[in-house]
Amino acid sequence: MSDRPATFSKFRDVQAELERSGAAIFRDADGVESLVIRYPYSISYIHSYAEDSPFFLGLAEGRLKGSKCRKPKCGFVYATPRGHCMVCGAPTEWVDLPNRGRVHSWTTCHFGSEAFLKETPYNLALVEFDGVGSLLLVRLKDCVESDVYVGMPVEARFDPKPKYSVTDVWFVPSR
Amino acid sequence: MVTGGVTKFAKAHPAMDFRLMVKRAYDYALKGIPGLTADRIDGSRISYFSDHFSRQLKAASMVQDYLGLNPKGSVRIEWGGATGGECFQAAYEAVASGRMDVCLAAGYETMSRVPTWKGNEFIALASDTNFDFPLGGFYTGYYALMVVRHIYEYLRQRKFAHIKDEREAQRLAIAEGSRIMSKVSVKNHLNALHNPYAQYPKRLTVDDVLRSEMISYPITREQICTMSDGAAVAVLCSEERAKEFTDKPVRIIGVGTGTDTMRLADRPFGKVPLLPHERPRDYEDLEYPGVHSFRAGRAAGIEAYRMAGITQPGKELDFIELHDAYASSEIQTYEDLGVCKYGEGYDFVEQGDPFLEGIDYGFPTPRAGTIPVNPSGGLIACGHPVGATGLMQGVFAFWQLQGTIPKHFGDPALQLDNPKRGAIHSHAGTGSSVTVSILERGFR
Repeated sequence: MSDRPATFSKFRDVQAELERSGAAIFRDADGVESLVIRYPYSISYIHSYAEDSPFFLGLAEGRLKGSKCRKPKCGFVYATPRGHCMVCGAPTEWVDLPNRGRVHSWTTCHFGSEAFLKETPYNLALVEFDGVGSLLLVRLKDCVESDVYVGMPVEARFDPKPKYSVTDVWFVPSR
Repeated sequence: MVTGGVTKFAKAHPAMDFRLMVKRAYDYALKGIPGLTADRIDGSRISYFSDHFSRQLKAASMVQDYLGLNPKGSVRIEWGGATGGECFQAAYEAVASGRMDVCLAAGYETMSRVPTWKGNEFIALASDTNFDFPLGGFYTGYYALMVVRHIYEYLRQRKFAHIKDEREAQRLAIAEGSRIMSKVSVKNHLNALHNPYAQYPKRLTVDDVLRSEMISYPITREQICTMSDGAAVAVLCSEERAKEFTDKPVRIIGVGTGTDTMRLADRPFGKVPLLPHERPRDYEDLEYPGVHSFRAGRAAGIEAYRMAGITQPGKELDFIELHDAYASSEIQTYEDLGVCKYGEGYDFVEQGDPFLEGIDYGFPTPRAGTIPVNPSGGLIACGHPVGATGLMQGVFAFWQLQGTIPKHFGDPALQLDNPKRGAIHSHAGTGSSVTVSILERGFR
């Protein structure tokens, strides 16, 4: 029998072998051998946006929707919507957000998690709006790292072919 | 606390699964105390962060099983990046409530089971998957957003207030902030040269750190902790038992936890919750926490200090082991924990307060030794196997207070001179939950 998987002393080589054959043996500095296998896993979730749904449906119509606390004494306005107010607990109602805001903070990601590596580099920005109490996290496009600054005026753009994801909206520098 | 153990943190431990790693740390801890055997342990609290990393649900039951602790009581603890700190406090609560006399706190993570960027994805799933994750779910990106604003608040608006061109002023402020953050990275990596448990001990210069790969502007690779495999355990018990087991126990005199919104975008703009030594006029114009500071860390500090009777944390603590997943968050955390005021974190580094005396970091540290922070090397240099990290801090703090660092590290360099009181700080998801525990030497 020659079915024993190949043996490696570098873990990196083990990983490469797993891609190739699905199994490898790692031998450490003390001579201890460990059998390592590839163990795939994938799943598609049935993910409901539930009470956040109008936000995503709004993006598909080219509208940016926030939420406002229904309690008149509170009236907190959220840029990232939530069904109930975190200040007073009352239900909120949907309101249109301005399409223009300012960069509250920002970064350029040169790396990302596996799902987004191919999109790097990309800019993230937290956008603040006049009269709104919280922020919205978005991608910032049509500009490079050296252009961006805190306070920069920005405006929303919408994907004409919506994917029903928060990425259906992004911001660009205001003209 | 009467004993503890840590495995060496490593990029991968393919020859040990999570059960064996915990067993090694557990055996090390028990070996230190002849009278402490498994039958004296009343139960356990076991922590790991993510089921995704090992694709094994109910893994804590398998740890309990492997250690031979069945049928004693046990609970799995998970609280994001603060999982280990929360486990430490859960064990504290089991003893303090009288439910147990002796409780084992054990934690681990095996992050090497997936490729690094897939691991980053798993971690980023600890952000809102409707609004945050799909944009590029990446924790370094989130912390970069926070430090850019922190630099804007405290360096742009103060040190570079005289520069009128906004872009220019912000670039200078970020360059200054990055330079100072790099000193934190140099400190933690260099301290770790004397810690045999550390994953990435090394001597770096500020330039090395600045020139390492840009991950998410302005945070570079050397300013970030890594993924690790590792385990840590702590044994906590009642005061009577402690005296039975050891003549060098360490007392837990304060515990605190705090929380904040999952989404950075929701952090409100309000007033700073004050520590006893602060006054409202210190922060008249500061909108808090926004995304520049960790309100959960402040809340955890307030609770822990109140319980411990600490009113001047900068003077009453001899050292802190804090959650430096990023060099930026170490600076932000100095301020949350009140060892300096909000806005003074950068100067605190420049003056050298959090550095160790007697170590040459390659730049002046005039006030070194004032309050050493991460004398062990912290997460940046020791590694961050999430469920073990907060417990690792507990073990390192315990050895510091016992004065047994030379014995456990085989190197006396990191042993502080006669420390009486230290804090450990464990932090999750952009500061969505934080624990602070205060430990004090329990013997003369």
